Amino acid sequence: MIHIEHLKKYYGNFPAVDDISFDVARGEILGFLGPNGAGKTTTMKVITGFYPPNEGRITIDGRDVTEESLKTRAMIGYLPENTPLYHDLTVYEYLKHIADVRQIPNGEQKHRIRTMVEVTGLQHRLGQPISKLSKGFRQRVGLAQAMLHDPKVLVLDEPTIGLDPNQIVEIRDLIRKLGEEKTVILSTHILPEVQATCDRVVIIHQGKLVADGTPEQLQHRFQGRPVITLQVHGAPDDAGEKLLAIAGVETVDREQNSEANVKQFQIATGTTSDPRSDIFRLCVQQGWTLLGMTRRVESLESIFRQLTRRDEPAVPVEEVAA
Amino acid sequence: MNWSVIGAVWRREMRSYFANPTAYIVLAVFLLITGWFFTLNLFKENLAHLRSIFDILPFLLVVFAPAISMRLISEERKSGTLELLVTMPVRDFDVIFGKFLAAFVLYAVALVLTFVYPFTIIVLGDAPVGSIAAGYIGLLLLGAGYLGVGLLGSALTESQIVAFILSFAVSAALAVLVFAAIVIPPPLADIIQYLSTTYHFQNIARGVLDSRDVIYFLSLIFLVLLLASRAMTQRKFL
Repeated sequence: MIHIEHLKKYYGNFPAVDDISFDVARGEILGFLGPNGAGKTTTMKVITGFYPPNEGRITIDGRDVTEESLKTRAMIGYLPENTPLYHDLTVYEYLKHIADVRQIPNGEQKHRIRTMVEVTGLQHRLGQPISKLSKGFRQRVGLAQAMLHDPKVLVLDEPTIGLDPNQIVEIRDLIRKLGEEKTVILSTHILPEVQATCDRVVIIHQGKLVADGTPEQLQHRFQGRPVITLQVHGAPDDAGEKLLAIAGVETVDREQNSEANVKQFQIATGTTSDPRSDIFRLCVQQGWTLLGMTRRVESLESIFRQLTRRDEPAVPVEEVAA
Repeated sequence: MNWSVIGAVWRREMRSYFANPTAYIVLAVFLLITGWFFTLNLFKENLAHLRSIFDILPFLLVVFAPAISMRLISEERKSGTLELLVTMPVRDFDVIFGKFLAAFVLYAVALVLTFVYPFTIIVLGDAPVGSIAAGYIGLLLLGAGYLGVGLLGSALTESQIVAFILSFAVSAALAVLVFAAIVIPPPLADIIQYLSTTYHFQNIARGVLDSRDVIYFLSLIFLVLLLASRAMTQRKFL
């Protein structure tokens, strides 16, 4: 649906977006991730036709965003950063204005506005001036505006920023619901958001693409081996060797533990195996008292930090994969 | 030209003018100043004509027009709504033209409100109706030109003050070029004079509606609006 090919965008000599390529499939919700200033917003501005690209090209449903700008802009619903709205208008007046500018036929306008107002839960705010709305409701007006013309593509720049936790959940659910039929690009630097809403994640850093895949794939690709932390009471000194005998266990390290008669182990396992049940059975069989056992897999958060460390230059995705 | 886009932008700007104190302040100041010059003329000199208005107003417009148009784009750029507006399927020129029409209508309303002065003198004395009409047509075209320049200024910056100063400077330069003849030798002076808004306004106000003067204003307006639409986004013309 969206095809981005070697996109470059400079501000003066500074490359805000430096040779980025990726595709977004129809019906996919893509999480666009990166630290502040990584080039997320700039990329979105080029997709929506606000900035022309310096190099490379973007097509939406096969149409080039610079050559057929009017047509691609008609296919996109856009919520820019910070949700700019006309504060002197009421919610209804604002949506009506957007419908007019978007040239939605008069006969359909009422129906479209009503549908969007219901989807975003703005029924009781229609007559209120936007200046009097809370941040959460303004965000909903922004979303209603972006979807008013029933676009195929939604480009949302940090749609949940500045919302309280309840509102964040509501907006996420809304985006999930929309994502069932629309192609969505959603930028964020909040990681749980990506895991909660997105089918796929693209991480950019210093204008370069550093990772591309589903949240699971990224975890898989960038994680070290999962590590199990085990605490047992009453185990003998050779317990480590017995643990090592379990299928799937690769290394066992004894750790310091201040409690009397308690041993603690760090057990590294293969990336796909999870020998926790076998460990439990071993403990029962040997009469050790199991005090604790946790398996830790590297979170998306630490992958993100690993990929976007400020002091290190960005490594393009090809090299990471190789 | 897509009139549903132009109309939507126009309605929004008209609303914004009258929802804020801007329009009322602008109209009040405009009427106050024109009224002052009119009464000065009428009572002090006891003459039934509008000459002082037609002499002074052209220079007043250099300040008045940028004040009307300075916020049209700069404010939207600053608040970020411009980005939303121009990423909808609209041609940049249609957006600019809708905004221009809003400023033009506000200005035309101000001019219409001054009709009380010509009516007064037409009723009271033997006023030359034809030349008064010509003067108003001139003012309308002249003001439209300066509003266009103001819109260009507004498209160039997100600060309304900077927009005002830029447009004032350009408008003032166009207005005073007519005096170039005083310091510059004739062949060159003629060309420079021809570029001046004041020169063409004076031609029209004299009661001779020459197509060259009208074409001058229309091309000036078209040129600055085209430049404004180019300045508003970094996209291609129209």
